[in-house]
Amino acid sequence: MMYAGGVDVGSTQTKAVIVNERRELVGRSLIATGANVIQAAQEAFQAALDDGVVREHEVGCVIGTGYGRYKVTFGNAQVTEISCHARGAAQMFPGTKTVLDMGGQDTKAIRIRPDGEVVDFCMNDKCAAGTGRFLQAAAFALDIPLDDLGSTALRSQKPVKISTTCTVFAESEVLSWVAKGRHIEDILMGVHRSIAARSISLLTRVGIDAPVTFTGGVARNPAMVKVLNEQMDLAMNVSEESHFMGALGAALFALDRALAGAVQSPAAAQSAGRMPA
Amino acid sequence: MGTPLADSTIVGRGGRDGARLIRDWFGTLAAAAERGDPSVYVFVMGSMAEILRAFDLPLVFPEINSLQTAVRRVSHEYLGAAEDYGYSPDICGYVKADVAMQLQGGKHPMGRIPKPALAVLTNACNTYMKWAEIWERMYKTPCFTLDVPGSRSAPQNGASTAADDENDRRYVEAQIRELILVCEKLTGRTLDLDKLATVLRHTNDMAASWKRVLELNRHRPSPYNALVDGTVYLGVLNALRGSALGAEYFRDLVEELEYKNAHDMGALADERARLLFVGVPCYPIFRRFHEIFADHGGTFVSSSYLWFAAGGLDLGFQYDLSRPLESLAEGVLKSVRHAGDSMLFPDRALLDAAELYEADGIVYHPVKSCRTVSTGLAGSRRAVMKERDIPCLFIESDMMDQRVVSEAQMKNRIDAFFEGLEARRLRLAGSAA
Repeated sequence: MMYAGGVDVGSTQTKAVIVNERRELVGRSLIATGANVIQAAQEAFQAALDDGVVREHEVGCVIGTGYGRYKVTFGNAQVTEISCHARGAAQMFPGTKTVLDMGGQDTKAIRIRPDGEVVDFCMNDKCAAGTGRFLQAAAFALDIPLDDLGSTALRSQKPVKISTTCTVFAESEVLSWVAKGRHIEDILMGVHRSIAARSISLLTRVGIDAPVTFTGGVARNPAMVKVLNEQMDLAMNVSEESHFMGALGAALFALDRALAGAVQSPAAAQSAGRMPA
Repeated sequence: MGTPLADSTIVGRGGRDGARLIRDWFGTLAAAAERGDPSVYVFVMGSMAEILRAFDLPLVFPEINSLQTAVRRVSHEYLGAAEDYGYSPDICGYVKADVAMQLQGGKHPMGRIPKPALAVLTNACNTYMKWAEIWERMYKTPCFTLDVPGSRSAPQNGASTAADDENDRRYVEAQIRELILVCEKLTGRTLDLDKLATVLRHTNDMAASWKRVLELNRHRPSPYNALVDGTVYLGVLNALRGSALGAEYFRDLVEELEYKNAHDMGALADERARLLFVGVPCYPIFRRFHEIFADHGGTFVSSSYLWFAAGGLDLGFQYDLSRPLESLAEGVLKSVRHAGDSMLFPDRALLDAAELYEADGIVYHPVKSCRTVSTGLAGSRRAVMKERDIPCLFIESDMMDQRVVSEAQMKNRIDAFFEGLEARRLRLAGSAA
């Protein structure tokens, strides 16, 4: 059995996935990226191998994706997370026409063909408004664990309106609502609605064509899913594996290359994607 | 098959001579500044170079001064100085770099820039007018604003009538006659009509050559990169408009590009993607921006910058030397309108260019500094993609302010764009097979 790997080095977390020849996800891992990106990529990949009970020499090709993709030094190629999320979503939910990926520091709206080919995409520019980082800032300000944000927000009865689009200023706006005595769940729902509005603005640029698949870490947040569905008046595809969609797409690209015998050395892959010093 | 030997006296001449001419031109400005000679500040859209050159007045293009600070990687120093002086970060970077330069007595990386004795501007850009008011306040510089009637509707909704155009032309001509009086007062000389005819003839030569230069890049492979080489050519086109040197430069350039096309010598050794550029270049990382595309085999075969910032010369308009002022008014009217239409109604021109240049994709580059050229690009992109199945990339940054130029994010988008182009190419090849 031949396997292929995908490693998605994100700004906050690194995800790794192993797929088999039947394109089934057999191993996965998720760790905090931390300061040592190269080490994070290696550890995540090793953990995914362990999870799938796969040995490294059985993996025919590895592709790195995410902002740290060039730090996957053992990877045979790099592919952007835009292409990888599109590919992963098309595999997980065949028929997907639009992908919304919400990660730690960026949000992507991607329009795709049935085979996962990217037709068009838009991302937030130079600002983390409308991304997971906005939620992190709110969680920090309210001293709530990130994983509890969604369930808390769902209890909201009278959501506040968060007007700022700046992630840093959002923190002070959240605190001002606390000072006014508003319930935490109402403040949090306001934060979710603010982020959703930004994301829908991005989606509108590429065209919201259902079925829409929601990927990335924030897709695990039930309040965000609910708000987005309500605001777009549709039901997005959301998978338990949404967090791994980029790594899955990378692994599928890697499998294509392994099966086609088109695998280059890690050294060649590194030099292909040079960044200036 | 081996690559034909390049004739080094021809190939690369446009770049070398262009850089030298721009350096020399800045040198003449520095000399004028030292002597305290009067200079005239003008803008690329409606520079009125023909009239001013007929009076031997040195032309200063503040837009070119400012972009040069970014190309030379010192724009942040100028922007910072202007912001310290009180200008908002949201104001046009060109304006702020100029303000800082004026505050520093004309100090510029290319030499010293003389103070304005006169400012000539059009209503093509609302910032022009507020910008000129700054010189008026600083130096009491007289400002001559040429009011050019714009398009009365989107081109697709029908152009203005011939009677409208004639009224507009006469309106512009009357203003040109006023400008001549202003120049006569400034220089103490009357307009030399023979000299004006000579200048107009040079502009005619340059317009014909520029139109040809743009056409020559339809060749596959394209002989020059419209974003990098094209911007050098454009600098000469504006700075030396109406001069014998400018006319000679463009004759040589046409010869060079025809030579390259005859020998299939492309700007890239391996041209894999032909792209159209829309907007103003990313000057803070001018070379690097192009390299990110070139690394993928992408080259810019055309750029809207070479249309809207060419002072109308891309139209190839020829002045009628038998009725110089009437014809000049007609040329100004057409060129300023054309520049505005290129920015405000770019869809049709882009679709036509995509066809003519056999483009594989379009890159939109709206900039924070300039709402005039950036507003509407998102809508244009949507309209173009609706009408034609062509991949479009939308990346926002700035032409001056490196604080909003994030190279890593930019590269990520460009990489993804090329992944999409490659997937599309494979799919289309598969369908064809």
